[in-house]
Amino acid sequence: MNGGLLTALIFLPLLGALFILMQREERAIWNSAFIFSLLPLALSFYVLAEFNPHAAEYQFAEQYDWIPAFGITYHIGIDGISLFLVLLTTILITLSLLYSGGGDIEERPREFCFFMLVLETGLLGALLSVDLFLFYVFWEVMLIPMYFLIGIWGHGRKVYAAIKFVLFTMFGSLLMLVAILYLVYQAHVHFNRTSFDLPLLYQVPLTVTEGRWLFAAFALAFAIKVPMWPVHTWLPDAHTNAPTAGSVILAGVMLKMGTYGFLRFAIPLFPTVAVEAIPLFMALAIIGIIYGALVAMMQPDLKRLIAYSSVSHLGFVMLGIFALNPEGVDGAIYQMLNHGVSTGGLFLLVGMLYLRRHTREISEFGGLWKRVPVYAAIFMVVMLSSIGLPGLNGFVGEFLIMLGAFLRIRLATVFAVVGVILGALYMLWTYERVMFGPITRAVNETISDLTGREIAVMVPVIALMLFMGLFPRPLISRIEPSVTAMLARANVAQALELERQPSRLAALSPARHTLNREPEMAAAAP
Amino acid sequence: MSPFNLAAINFVWLPILPLVVVAVAAMVVLLAGVRVDDSESEGLGLLTLASLAVAFVFTFGILGQYGVAFAGAISIDSFSAFFELVILIAAMFTVMMSLDYAADNRIPGAEYYSLLLFSVLGMMLMAAAGDLIVIFLGLETMSITVYVLAGIMRRNAKSNEAAIKYFLLGAFSTGFLLYGIALVYGATGTIKLGPIHDALATGAMGSNPLLLGGIGMMLIGFGFKVAAVPFHMWTPDVYEGAPTPVTAFMAVGVKLAAFAVFIRVFLVDFASVGAHWQTVLWVVAALTMTGGNLIAVVQTNIKRMLAYSAIAHAGYLLLGMAAGVRSGPAILYYLLGYAFTNLGAFSVVIALERRGEVGNRISDFRGLAARQPLLAGAMAVFLLSLTGVPPMAGFVGKLYIFSEALHQGYLGLVIIAVLNSVISAYYYFYVLVAMYMQEGGVEVERLNARPALVAAIGLAALATILIGVYPQPYIASAANAFHSASGAEGIHSAALEP
Repeated sequence: MNGGLLTALIFLPLLGALFILMQREERAIWNSAFIFSLLPLALSFYVLAEFNPHAAEYQFAEQYDWIPAFGITYHIGIDGISLFLVLLTTILITLSLLYSGGGDIEERPREFCFFMLVLETGLLGALLSVDLFLFYVFWEVMLIPMYFLIGIWGHGRKVYAAIKFVLFTMFGSLLMLVAILYLVYQAHVHFNRTSFDLPLLYQVPLTVTEGRWLFAAFALAFAIKVPMWPVHTWLPDAHTNAPTAGSVILAGVMLKMGTYGFLRFAIPLFPTVAVEAIPLFMALAIIGIIYGALVAMMQPDLKRLIAYSSVSHLGFVMLGIFALNPEGVDGAIYQMLNHGVSTGGLFLLVGMLYLRRHTREISEFGGLWKRVPVYAAIFMVVMLSSIGLPGLNGFVGEFLIMLGAFLRIRLATVFAVVGVILGALYMLWTYERVMFGPITRAVNETISDLTGREIAVMVPVIALMLFMGLFPRPLISRIEPSVTAMLARANVAQALELERQPSRLAALSPARHTLNREPEMAAAAP
Repeated sequence: MSPFNLAAINFVWLPILPLVVVAVAAMVVLLAGVRVDDSESEGLGLLTLASLAVAFVFTFGILGQYGVAFAGAISIDSFSAFFELVILIAAMFTVMMSLDYAADNRIPGAEYYSLLLFSVLGMMLMAAAGDLIVIFLGLETMSITVYVLAGIMRRNAKSNEAAIKYFLLGAFSTGFLLYGIALVYGATGTIKLGPIHDALATGAMGSNPLLLGGIGMMLIGFGFKVAAVPFHMWTPDVYEGAPTPVTAFMAVGVKLAAFAVFIRVFLVDFASVGAHWQTVLWVVAALTMTGGNLIAVVQTNIKRMLAYSAIAHAGYLLLGMAAGVRSGPAILYYLLGYAFTNLGAFSVVIALERRGEVGNRISDFRGLAARQPLLAGAMAVFLLSLTGVPPMAGFVGKLYIFSEALHQGYLGLVIIAVLNSVISAYYYFYVLVAMYMQEGGVEVERLNARPALVAAIGLAALATILIGVYPQPYIASAANAFHSASGAEGIHSAALEP
């Protein structure tokens, strides 16, 4: 029972977007947008329920000819790497729409909902594509609605931010397009078959120089999206000026497209180059972690602060990915989800504050704890999750990443830990300045606490944080087989002669069963 | 299969039947228009539209037939049919844009529509040409009528300036082309395309100075018509000054016809001496893309911006030309998508335009999305297609050309092209900024009363999306068309058989 399930998942939001264009009345627009975001949400949970947790390969796969002249097929499927990112997307879109309908977006709601749902189609399509051309199409498609979301409903220098976002992303992705075409041409040369299908392209033999250049092109496109230091400069502008829902999706899902791209494309397509590049990318990741944290600490604007904290957190993800071992990559994927939930939550909370005070300057606040206890409590949980407090989701991911990095390059862990400490520092300091102390501004005396709708938006976020913090096993066990297969297929295990120390890992790891199982699986894989 | 009993018509006349229809219609329109007031020219427009539709159907009728007619002067193949069909589509869109525009601006209807038809005749002749003289004949028929069309708003200074500029530079470039034709004739001893191909294919010609001079001169002549840098100087002024439907017709029709002969002569007949001109085209393509895109960034007038954008797109097409014969199908497909996209974009410009120059500034597009969401949405589709964003036609076209060029080892030029695409995103997206993110601009007048224009915009938007989302049949017909000119079934069938 999988005929067209993923296709329905991808295109239901688009259908909803077209349906919304025909709506006139504002209430009807918000309601239908919300309902059309619930449908893919329900479908994605159905996929989760039916997902075989032991299989590494693509599930629910569909493949049809699309442009036979170029060997392009409509090939989609889902595996452990994309499964939870798909869920994250459907959940965050639904929550963003629920939140935005509560007064955050007042102008042109019809177009807003239209672009949000088109964005969902783009994101889901990019996550589910197995054909490189199809992926590229969705990758570009998601750019356009985000451009409009920032440019129309943003604040401040919104047009500048939107154009900067588009030009940065497009620069990277067009160079990637050239690399894709070159790769496909090499496939044609070696297999006498033109195809954009990923499983075939994994096997294209390349010379060392070709591999390096192609990897560079892919890596640049994805690094801009992540964003890695030093190509992160579009992010603070885009985030600061975007509307709340735009920031939530941008940070929550879109940045993950970059890290996902590394996992799905850049590394398995060019494994030997990726191994060569480990020191470089680990170094860039660590610079990102520490630089992001330091700059975040100095920000007077709450949203800009969270934006720079994203640079830091995504640095952790990249560190885990380029550990290129199951611990690191599992942790990276887990941290991608964590960052989506916690940073998404933070952006929602800042948006709620902005709605009340029309400012995000930290110095404008202080002592809010007394006036808005519910808000402050929720903020505290989300912030602690972002810091990585044990028991909440952030801890599991960061821990696994550290473990992976430790097994790869020990020194890296030392620096990464500094990043964790800095992260706790700037978050707690921010919390203190906003929530504690005396109320310094008279307007803050009358500020109102969260509405029922806002609480309804935040409850699932908190629930996810607790669940992912306390029960990582159901998630990790579904992520693990695909990651192991990816690493094995990339021959990373052989290429690297891993220093495995299973006994020490077993004592430390929160997911030790899966970690114990891993070496046999890697050995068993062809 | 054709719905007509074609066997009943003498085969010699059959391939030029669509041309005959257009020529007769041009004269009928001219005569019928004698007593029609300038402000009531819609009837003439509808007559023109109907005759173009008839020619379109006849062209469909000869699709799939191969051979030569008039002692080799006319080529009958899918290549000519492909270009004739797209040219006729462009002409029909132009008429749909013109119906109200011509009446509102008091453009003399009889002259306007009949010149348009004569121009289409010239273009179709170029597409179907089998020797260099017919190419020249078609080019002159097209060019001279378009010079007049550019200046048809007699009391408008800019329109006059456009006409005179276009005429002077155009006549100059035609001279180059003719000189080139003469030199090629001198070198090969023939003006027929098939025999020229055969003569060059033997390799005996080597680097004959007559031939090289001829190729160089013809390159300049065609370079002018497709607005390649450094022969592009006329384009922005002429595009800006000409009546907007004529601008659309120039940007699409003239470019299609020019590329039809450019492809047939260079990519097919001069293919065996490609070493002599492909490097030159490499440089010209790089200059054209970069020059067009860079100057487009600073434009404030939408017609000038689209003119420079047309130059940039000529650059992408020249990239395909430089890469040689393999990218022929890609160029044809690109031109198809380009035609619909540009026709649509100019239609939207016309929708905003009012007497004089109001509506031509990019700032006039401000706030359009709030007032006319559908119009702005259509313009967004065209702009995204011009940028090359999937799933629009422009994206697949670029992908196709880049991919073929890459296969020929033109990596450097492809990288220049994608960097150019990033630059182009800046100015195309700036129109989106104006439409969606800013306030002000001009009010759109009586859109409801202009059904033909609305239909043109809608059809162009649908085609732009459809050709991009489901490109397979169009890729197949482009490939089929090109191979019929270059491959086994075409004009050179005898020569190419081993």
